[in-house]
This record gives sequence, structure tokens and C-alpha cells, in this order.
Amino acid sequence: MAASTTRTVPRIGESYANTSPYYLRQVRKSGLVALVTLFACMLLTAYLAPFAYMVLTAFKDKDQITASARGPILPVDIVTFEHDGKVLDVLNVPLEDGTRRLAILTKGRQSSVFIDPDDPTAAPIEWQGAWRTLTPVYEFAPRTGNFAEVWTRIKFPRLLFNTTFIAVTGTIGTLLSCIMVAYAFARFPLPYKNTLFMVLIATIILPRQLLLVPTYAFFSLIGWTGTWLPLIVPHFFANAFNVFLLRQYFLQLPRELDEAAQIDGAGPLRILLSVIIPQSYPVIVAVALFHIVFAWNDYFDPLIYTLGRPDLQPISVAIQQFNFVYSQQPHLIQATALLGLVLPVVLFFFSQRFFMRGVVITGVDK
Amino acid sequence: MISNETVDNLAATRRRPRGTSLQRERRLWGWIFLSPWVIGFVVFTAAPIIASLVFSFTNFNLVNRDATAFIGLGNFERLFTDPVLKVSLGVTFKFFVLALPLSIILPVLLAALLNSRYLAGKRLFRTLFYMPYVVPVVSAIFIWGGVLNSDSGWLNRALRLVGIPGPNWLDDVNWIFPALLIIGLWGLGNAYLITLASMQAVPTVYYEAARVDGASGLRRFWHITIPMISPVIFFNTVLAVIGLLRYFEIPFILSNGTGAPGNSTMFFNVHFYKQAFVFFDMGYASAMAWLMFVITLVLTVILFWSAKYWVHYASGDQN
Repeated sequence: MAASTTRTVPRIGESYANTSPYYLRQVRKSGLVALVTLFACMLLTAYLAPFAYMVLTAFKDKDQITASARGPILPVDIVTFEHDGKVLDVLNVPLEDGTRRLAILTKGRQSSVFIDPDDPTAAPIEWQGAWRTLTPVYEFAPRTGNFAEVWTRIKFPRLLFNTTFIAVTGTIGTLLSCIMVAYAFARFPLPYKNTLFMVLIATIILPRQLLLVPTYAFFSLIGWTGTWLPLIVPHFFANAFNVFLLRQYFLQLPRELDEAAQIDGAGPLRILLSVIIPQSYPVIVAVALFHIVFAWNDYFDPLIYTLGRPDLQPISVAIQQFNFVYSQQPHLIQATALLGLVLPVVLFFFSQRFFMRGVVITGVDK
Repeated sequence: MISNETVDNLAATRRRPRGTSLQRERRLWGWIFLSPWVIGFVVFTAAPIIASLVFSFTNFNLVNRDATAFIGLGNFERLFTDPVLKVSLGVTFKFFVLALPLSIILPVLLAALLNSRYLAGKRLFRTLFYMPYVVPVVSAIFIWGGVLNSDSGWLNRALRLVGIPGPNWLDDVNWIFPALLIIGLWGLGNAYLITLASMQAVPTVYYEAARVDGASGLRRFWHITIPMISPVIFFNTVLAVIGLLRYFEIPFILSNGTGAPGNSTMFFNVHFYKQAFVFFDMGYASAMAWLMFVITLVLTVILFWSAKYWVHYASGDQN
């Protein structure tokens, strides 16, 4: 499927004035490739620009934020120069022999006096014009202090543990239950199997609100609110999306291997463990990834079930509450946003093949 | 749960010599493997549906549990008189009408671009356009909150560069919906990816035949690609409808549940959250949930009914 690369430039000795229909078609094609790819690049840049905003803002400190509301987008400081115990700002000064970076000594409306930071002993330079029209010289100065500050303020290690624990135990539950259920649907003669499967799929369209109130009331009555159990236990009972994904995969595995194992005396459980699962790593990895990312990103359930127990909160809820309090401090907010998304994004990049193939199976095989 | 009778009945119809011991054993194993879902369905789906129906006829309040009593249709009458509910339904409907066409069309356009034979570096684009989908919604909201800031946000700075004074996206009742739609762009990942996959599965012979007949690129797209991927468009539409009726996190976090600016982000689910988990008024919240269930059901039925007019299952996937 890779776009066929075309020769855009004639080889040495070939003429640019080649006007054969084939050659013209090639030129037109490479022109289109350049155009379409450029357009996609621009679109992608706009689509991902918020990430750049987040990273650059997270690396600014409070003063840089205040200075940069309309100023530079990079985390920068104004270059200064110390002269005779005074701190002087360095400005870009347009002189006859080109723009020079000079430290301003006395500021005046009509003219100002500058000295050269590289040669402070030389005679001061007088410049005619309003100094306020000059732009300061910036130097790139990213600050990492936000991360240290946020790390302790939101108790990041604690959140990391909470979120990981919820995600990992939930993943174990999802894998165990969904593999079992998908295996049942894919391989066993069950009465009304198709109807049952339709019921399973139909649960996708149920509004969350409908189940939420009684489920919450139920967990509240048995004393599970304010614990992680409501966030973990339901995942041990399978869900439609993952069962569907696994079943599709199991169905296309050759039955001959099952039968061969059966003849060798393997029971259904042994066949699942030794024949089906070893052949299904890609899809099992996909399900595990989906669940980890889901659990990491889930906001609503943790919000209601950890209400009043900040020590139990996962990262999503904690970030939201922290940022509500610090809503006037964009650098801290963006630092927490970055900490919140690092793990799922890194995980995605390392496993994107499994991840994206899994998405495709659920969507296309309907 | 399914009784032994049904098992036996089916066994009798399907397998002439009444299930051998081996077949019975396999059925038993089937039920064992199915049991997590059967139990889960009963406990976490069927029972809650019934319970919420029962709750909706009571004044059940978690804080004041002992005073629970049946109040007949009281909660449903309240649905008609609750002014905030009326507002929230209006907000939800308005946003639904704006966002649904976009959530159907944009994935198709993006997939068409990434499926173009003139695009170089397809794999990289495919991955990078998908990536924002895995970003936690909370992080995404705060990132976009910064980008959409009226003064220091990058969007308005970019607009200022070309001489347009950008609006106050998040605090202006006229601009909050566009802002929500922009934030929603990062949620396109799944829909576009499966659309792309199904576009790639369209057999090329169709395009070649159409080209021989002199069909232009646009005509080929409209008369071949769109019908061939219509099952996926349908699937995306169903998920978009359900997703929009569940729409909650983004307006809730942006306004911290106040519905600000004005009442413009008082979505149905924000109001529902307040009734259920701030006032713990579970009876009324259940009535609201049933209202939403009925709306979802009606829309889904219409959608599935409409499918026979525009979804083509003459699948080319097998080739």
C-alpha cells in the first residue's frame, strides 16, 4: 500500500524538456503527492499543536507565564547584563551597520544610551529613537520546577499507584472473563447462542445513566462506595466490546488444532490455555491495552466512587480537582496534564500496531 | 437463568439422538465459560434496569433512606415541570444536531485523505492522527482550555496574526458550542481509523471499472467508496448517537458542573449528575434515566430502520 515513489527530477543527461505523455503524467503525479502530503502535514500540525502548547507552557515558570501572555510562546527569559552592580536588559538595536544586541544604560524617549555587553569598557553608544519600540533579546530557558512542584502537591507517586492498581487488576479481570465468554461463544454448542450474543451486543446501546443509579445505590448499601471495588469487580464479568473482539478472532482460528488436541485427550480448559490463547496474543494484547487506557482515562466512575476519599483517587479525578483549585496557574495545569497523558501515549506508541488492529476488528467486522 | 428444560428442548431439536454424553459435557463447559457474562448481565445490567424502573416511582434518597415511599407518577410529573431539565434537554438537543453531522462526516473526510494514493508517509500520518484519542479526557480538556484561552491561547494568537480578534471561546454563550466541538475533534480517532480500514478493503476492481467508464474521482468516491463503507458509517453513527446522549465529561469539567457560561453547558447528564450524586435524589434521577433510555431507544430504532435505505451489506470484504 506504500505510495509508489516517483522520480521527480530527470537524471543527468535527461532533458527537462521531456514532454512525453508518460513523463508529464509522472510530473503531475509527483506534484499531487507533494500537494496532498503538504496539506496533510498542515492539518496534522494544527491537530497536534495543542500538545506543543502544553509542553511549552509546562516548562515555563510563573514569571515567564505573566510575561508571555501575548509575548513569546517558548519558555524564555530576557537576557540581562550586569554592569556596575546594575542589571541591564539587552535589546535588539538597529544601527547603521546592522542590528546589534546592546544593554540599555539610560532609557530616554528620544534617545537612549547603550553599552556593548561583549565590550563594556568601550565608549557607550547613543541611539536615536524611542527605546520602547525595541524588542528584548530572549534566551531559551525551560524550567522544570513545575513538575517537581506538581509531583508533591498532587502526590503523584500515590496517584500513580492508585491508577496502576485499578488499571492492572481491572485488566486481569477483563482478560479472564472476556476470554472465557468469547471462547464459549466461539466454540461451544449453546442453546439460543445467537440470541444471547445479540443481547450482549445490545447492551452497548444502554445509556450509562440507566444502570448508574441502582448500581451506585447497590454498592453504597453493601458499603463499597469509598473503595476501589466498584471500579474493579464489574470488570470480572465481561463486556460487550472486548468479547466481540475476542470472539471474532477465535472464530477465524482453525478448528483442526482444537480437534487434534481433543484427540490427544485435552479437555476444553486445556485447549483454551494451550491452543487458543497462544494463537491469540495480538488480540489479547489489544484487549489489555484497551482496558489499561480505558482505566487510566476513566473519569466518571472514579469520581463518584472515590468521593470524599482523596487518598484513593486515580490520576484523572485528582488532576481535575487540583486544576480547579489552581485554575489561574496555567503552567501548573499543563504540567499535570502532561503527567496525566504520558503513560497512555507512550504505551500507545510502543504498541500501536496491536492497538490499531484491535480497533479495526471491532469496527469493520460487524 | 436458563432452565434445564430449555437446554434439553434445544438439544432435542438440534441433535436427533438426544445429546450424547460428550455433547452434554461440551454444553456444560459452554455454560461454565459463559457464566461470567451471564452473572454480570443479571447483576450489573438486568437487575439495575428493573431497579431503576422501581426507583423512578419512589422518592428514594440515599441520604434519607428510611423515608422512602412510593409516590406514583410524581417523578414523571416533575420531569414536565423541572425548568432546568427543559433547559438541559434543549442544550443537549442543540449540541446533538450540531455535532452529529460532524462526527459522521469528519472521520470519512480524514480517512479519505489518509487513503489517498497521493499521500506519502501514510503509516506515520495514520498513527499520529489517532494518537490524541488515547489522551485522558481530563488532560485533553485542560490542554484545550489553555489553547482556547481568549488572551494567551494559541488559537486566538493565531487569529490575531491574521488580524482577526478571536472570541472569548469558553466564556461567551455564543462561542462555547464551537469550543466544545473543537475539543471534540480529538475524539475522532476510532471512527476515522475503522473508516480508513474499510476504505482500504474496497476491491480496486470497482474503481478500475468506473475509471474505464470515465467516472471522475469525486463520482467514484460518491458512488463506490461511500456505498461500500456505508456499514462502517452506520456503525460510527450509532456510536456517535450513543456518545452524544452520554455527553458529560467535557462540559462538566470545563464548567465544574455549573453549566457556565449562563446555562449553556447545562447538558442533560450534568443535570442528571447533580440530581443523583449531589442531591442523591435517586428516585427523580431514575425517572430522568428512563427518559433518556426512551430517547436513546427511539433514536436507535429510527437509525436501524433507516439503515435499510442507505446501508449496503453487499460486502466486498471477503475478496
